[in-house]
Amino acid sequence: MLNRIQAVAQRPIARRWLAATAGLAMALAALPAKAQDTIKVGILHSLSGTMAISETTLKDVMLMLIDEQNKKGGLLGKKLEAVVVDPASNWPLFAEKARELITKDKVAAVFGCWTSVSRKSVLPVFKELNGLLFYPVQYEGEESERNVFYTGAAPNQQAIPAVDYLMKEEKVQRWVLAGTDYVYPRTTNKILEAYLKQKGVKPEDIMINYTPFGHADWQTIVADVKKFGSAGKKTAVVSTINGDANVPFYKELGNQGVKATDIPVVAFSVGEEELAGIDTKPLLGHLAAWNYFESIDTPVNKEFIDKWHAFTKNPKRVTNDPMEAHVIGFAMWVEAVKKAGSTDPDKVIDTIVGIKAPNLTGGTSEMLPNHHITKPVYIGEVRADGQFDVVWKTEGLVPGDAWSKYLEGSKDLIGDWKTLKCGNYNTVTKKCGGGV
Amino acid sequence: MHVLRERVIALVAALGVLVAAGVGEGARAESFDDALAGFAADSYSDTEKAIEAIAASGNLRAAVVIGALQDGRLFFNPGTRKISVKTESGTFLDAATGEAVAGENASDLKLVRINNRLRRAIEAALGSLTLLAPDPAKRFEAAQAVFRSREAAALPALDAALAKETDAGVRRALTEARAAVILNMSGAKEADQIEAVAVIRARADQDALGLLSALPAAASPAVARAAKDAVAAIRNGLVLWDAAQNAWYGLSLGSVLLLAAIGLAITFGVMGVINMAHGEMVMLGAYTTFVVQELIRGNDPALFGYSLAIALPLAFLVTGAIGVVIERTIIRFLYGRPLETLLATWGLSLILQQAVRTTFGPTNREVGAPSWMSGAFEVGHITVTYNRLWIICFSLVVFVALLGLLRFTRLGLEMRAVTQNRAMAAAMGIRTSRIDALTFGLGSGIAGIAGVALSQIDNVSPNLGQGYIIDSFMVVVFGGVGNLWGTLVGALSLGIANKFLEPYAGAVLGKITILVLIILFIQKRPRGLFALRGRAVEA
Repeated sequence: MLNRIQAVAQRPIARRWLAATAGLAMALAALPAKAQDTIKVGILHSLSGTMAISETTLKDVMLMLIDEQNKKGGLLGKKLEAVVVDPASNWPLFAEKARELITKDKVAAVFGCWTSVSRKSVLPVFKELNGLLFYPVQYEGEESERNVFYTGAAPNQQAIPAVDYLMKEEKVQRWVLAGTDYVYPRTTNKILEAYLKQKGVKPEDIMINYTPFGHADWQTIVADVKKFGSAGKKTAVVSTINGDANVPFYKELGNQGVKATDIPVVAFSVGEEELAGIDTKPLLGHLAAWNYFESIDTPVNKEFIDKWHAFTKNPKRVTNDPMEAHVIGFAMWVEAVKKAGSTDPDKVIDTIVGIKAPNLTGGTSEMLPNHHITKPVYIGEVRADGQFDVVWKTEGLVPGDAWSKYLEGSKDLIGDWKTLKCGNYNTVTKKCGGGV
Repeated sequence: MHVLRERVIALVAALGVLVAAGVGEGARAESFDDALAGFAADSYSDTEKAIEAIAASGNLRAAVVIGALQDGRLFFNPGTRKISVKTESGTFLDAATGEAVAGENASDLKLVRINNRLRRAIEAALGSLTLLAPDPAKRFEAAQAVFRSREAAALPALDAALAKETDAGVRRALTEARAAVILNMSGAKEADQIEAVAVIRARADQDALGLLSALPAAASPAVARAAKDAVAAIRNGLVLWDAAQNAWYGLSLGSVLLLAAIGLAITFGVMGVINMAHGEMVMLGAYTTFVVQELIRGNDPALFGYSLAIALPLAFLVTGAIGVVIERTIIRFLYGRPLETLLATWGLSLILQQAVRTTFGPTNREVGAPSWMSGAFEVGHITVTYNRLWIICFSLVVFVALLGLLRFTRLGLEMRAVTQNRAMAAAMGIRTSRIDALTFGLGSGIAGIAGVALSQIDNVSPNLGQGYIIDSFMVVVFGGVGNLWGTLVGALSLGIANKFLEPYAGAVLGKITILVLIILFIQKRPRGLFALRGRAVEA
């Protein structure tokens, strides 16, 4: 090939043609790429597999929010287009699909993920390709990334208040920390164990237990919980069990007669959606800790629920906390894009800190420099109709703490993407780049 | 416990005040009405005070009102502040008088809410109120409630009930409740407390252990020593019961493995076909149950108790038919080529999963348990849940039926002949290709009815089969290919081994250990526990 070009370049007329063609090619390349006429929004939630029970409804709420925004005239004069992919509860597939959304579909932002392992899988992709991820689910903290916005609860906005409630109100002295075997329950239990020990709970009063995703045979574990709870001290279970393993877990609790008045179970990943598929009568009085419940009676919540029922054409569809997180996250993204005048990720990241958006319980959430938001905390008890009765709530909004102050490796760290431009700044050594 | 203490003091104080004031009927009625008004305040602490006051009032309606509160049938009218009880039929009765309320509109009423703390208060109150109920089962419940709450104020009521009690079981419960109260009472005589320890020790279950481990600090050294001895003795006794409980769990897990694997034992054993779509047959059986229940729910809800019985033959026919079709269309062309069969059936399993996902949606489907499968009962100190019990019985019935089929029917005879020597069986006039199709259909059909049973204990989703395919192969390889007895022994021993390991190693490590042990076992005995003797098992 090269020989032929060299041969051609020898001849004067051919040389001129070659130069002209090369010049034309360069000129064409310099033309700006044709502008897209819609703004694409990526939705990265499992629609099949063990997490489908929780994530499918988040895809639906995103579709509703995008539809609503389009009815208001779209964004920056363009219509929004939803790009839905199904990573099927398969964590490596989450990374593949994220890459596909950013490079092939060229989405402006991605709303997605549920399990922390799925988030950890996609992190390298978002960092490499400079995408934006809005992550709506309560998680274990110990993270503050430039390209991620955490609209779900950090441990200080869910786990710690729940444990405080059990200690003060239910006078719990013995603790069972039961979780699914992956990073979120493991890290949350590390934080809770440190917190409980700090509060004077003895190690023999803490029982920690992990099960695989989709675990269905809970007989032994529920029996162990009963045994642990019969030592004469009030016992409670703090459950970080995720996905559809919750269904046989609660069924077994009901079958073995573990009542909430004896051994209450407070769950961090069980909401209205997960309860929709089980008989809730044996679960009366078990607890959940969230920043939103469908049963909270405010006009803005009622309006949202009505809109949701109209959109899904199903008056029985429930709403839950991660859906509210998407509502807040989407509103914040739209505001930031409008303020920045562009969907360019860097511009949005620089604009979004400080943006406020209303939540569905009558307050206003603010995007903090560590890319977390402010949220109220509610503790609810299961009702017979699958809804929750709020039994306690925080006075005001709690700001999300990315780095837990109960763990050795993280108590000196803060995340600040506004001034310090660092996700893990060590306030003691005054250097960026510490932490787990 | 401290909360209970406060309430006990409040109850005793309330009783004391009433007695000191010289209660008459009128005064009683007045305090009852005042107490009732507390429910209309719609606050947890007011409702708690109201419960205590009503329980102490001695009014005959007290038990009715508190019972209604427990069931979520107590309502208040925010406007008139009147309290009503909703009956089974849906009418509203005045809480104080029990008469129908005129002009009360259901939409005006709000439910009196309760939380966990109030539920405990209600249980304690109902316990002491219903000690003299006419129904012995209710009296037993009441005695247990007092045992748990240990209120000193209930002592006179307990003594009165004991004096009148005729039922032996209830007597024992009342005696134990009395012992529990005495142990927690400050100011009780030491001799009485030591006697109480002996009574609780005789009860010897988890609750007794809890009670004796949590004696109040004011207990005398002699009582504390007696309690410590009792705790040690109960623990020793419970060790055996724990082992028995683990054996029970192992049996139930083994029965699940047996159900899932027995169909595979037939297809793998008779035909040497590695069927990776076996898990999907189980899944299809579970979905058949779902469809049957949906139809029943829509057309004739009264039949719900029979839904499983109806689903069983249907699931067998559906999955059996699908099995025959699979054999005729795919497997038939791949005999003697195990790798291709593996790949083809794996692809088939993906197709079936996606087909179900498209038809029914990717989320889990709710399959309800009929009432006779919910709950549990006690055998000694072992909790036996009904659903697991039924599944164990069912798996044994299926096993015996299959054995009978193989032993006593023409089809079974022909299947066994084809397994032992295909060429000879063909030479004897048996149509081996027809037998192959029927065998595959039988194996798939059994997987289908396993799915009906498994829908009761596992989530019904398109991925249901994935959770059982590895376990089924594990059982068949361990127990010996082609041998039903091997499958039975393999399944039960794997289940029991897994459940004995689980308390020590946890669920994840227990499973890993079992797999490693099987691998080591296969090194020694490649053909499994009960190897089938005879030539030409491999096609």
